[in-house]
Amino acid sequence: MSETQTTYNYKVVRQFTVMTVIWGIVGMLVGVIIAAQLVWPELNFGPWLHFGRLRPLHTNAVIFAFGGCALFATSYWCVQRTCHTRLWGGPLIPLTFWGWQIIIVLAAVTLPLGLTTGKEYAELEWPIDILVTVVWVSYAIVFFGTIAKRTVSHIYVANWFFGAMIIAVALLHLGNSCEIPVSFVKSYSCYAGAQDAMVQWWYGHNAVGFFLTAGFLGMMYYFVPKQAGRPVYSYRLSVVHFWALIFTYMWAGPHHLHYTALPDWTQSVGMIFSLILLAPSWGGMINGIMTLSGAWNKLRDDPILKFLITSLSFYGMSTFEGPMMSVKTVNALSHYTDWTVGHVHSGALGWVAMVSIGSVYYLLPRLFGKQEMYSTKLITVHFWVATIGVVLYIASMWVAGVMQGLMWRAVNADGTLAYSFVEAVKGSYPFWAIRVLGGVLFLGGMLIMAYNMFKTIAGGNTQDVPVVAAAAHHA
Amino acid sequence: MEIMYLLVPVSVLLVFGIAAAFWWSVKSGQFDDLEGPGFRILMDDDRPKAAGQIPEVGEKPRKV
Repeated sequence: MSETQTTYNYKVVRQFTVMTVIWGIVGMLVGVIIAAQLVWPELNFGPWLHFGRLRPLHTNAVIFAFGGCALFATSYWCVQRTCHTRLWGGPLIPLTFWGWQIIIVLAAVTLPLGLTTGKEYAELEWPIDILVTVVWVSYAIVFFGTIAKRTVSHIYVANWFFGAMIIAVALLHLGNSCEIPVSFVKSYSCYAGAQDAMVQWWYGHNAVGFFLTAGFLGMMYYFVPKQAGRPVYSYRLSVVHFWALIFTYMWAGPHHLHYTALPDWTQSVGMIFSLILLAPSWGGMINGIMTLSGAWNKLRDDPILKFLITSLSFYGMSTFEGPMMSVKTVNALSHYTDWTVGHVHSGALGWVAMVSIGSVYYLLPRLFGKQEMYSTKLITVHFWVATIGVVLYIASMWVAGVMQGLMWRAVNADGTLAYSFVEAVKGSYPFWAIRVLGGVLFLGGMLIMAYNMFKTIAGGNTQDVPVVAAAAHHA
Repeated sequence: MEIMYLLVPVSVLLVFGIAAAFWWSVKSGQFDDLEGPGFRILMDDDRPKAAGQIPEVGEKPRKV
């Protein structure tokens, strides 16, 4: 194994990795605040800190700030290490970091001010949308530029997932953010009525599919084998997984619009494609977990692997739950209830956050010239606190959701509703309180992580390390 | 649902794009070896060497 003179660009990976933890804390803190507002409505202070304005801030912060920084950090690390070359793109590289941070800050300012397009997960107004486009195109140039100058012929499967995520998110953002500005801070969507809803959920669900699934699967396919020290269970299956997923994902969106003004056939198409998705999702989940086949003992004392493997279990669970909920008869019960919120968080906390946390724990010592994290024990504590938090969160939302669904649809013998809406709200209080507890635990885990991170960074060495030449091919 | 006149062609174009990418990757031999790449990412030692040292040329990968 020989070394060359060029070094990897660790600086940008370091920046994004540290900000992943910081934005994770901010986004989850806002989540805890809005969860508490549902239990104690007195916590809605003034218009700026009202639930309605903080909720989009929470979703944007955890998805795009926390999740986004995690994706940038891991994809920049993975593409350099697996292509055996330095990140390409010159000034575009710091532009992606600083641009993304400016976008996050702008979101944190404009959303509490009530400046919003009103489109879920795409609330940011048009000037920020343009900024997002600039940063994202730069990201694509940096990522694919690095792939193009790789020194090995094979493109590792994780890079395919990251690449698909970058292209799909660009397309979705451009399609859904088509809007007509009426002032610097206000715009209206190009689409109207049910058309707008269709585009919105074409965007909304594919954002889940590509931003929160494909990207994080890329993370999984790199960091699970690396942390386990074993190749992925079946590389062949990982390639099949990739192509199956991207060929079938695009049409699941209409399941968000069951029993609405959307034509019935469109709803059914959405449902069928959602059911089809179970196959590639579980193929990938099994592939990731079985990577540990024959080495399960590693799971006992490696908390980073615990995070990664548990994230895959939650991924399997939520990708089973999702298709079930897209079935129209199930959806008739689950839609608009807290069950949906529970489902989202089993994916968001259980899968996305846990796989990111595991990957960040993998990266931190390597980025700061340390052999391992400051405290492995604290990682274990973080793991258990986070896991208990997720379980409390999703279990309470399941119970609350099913209860709400059943109460809303219950009718008396004469056909009148058995319960008024507020009775379902009243019944939900205890479960909302349990949710706050779950959220506090998960946030507490992030604070432990931040402490561990700063202790690891302290006195760390931030020298860029030389690019490792690829190991020789065996014919 | 006039929006379908936009979304369906976009999907069709996308499928052709994905098919082209798949075609290229098969043709260019990306999938000729479906075992090795899994092992190859493990032959990349990313552990920092002893504090502050740049690894020497030809240094053996350290055991982890």
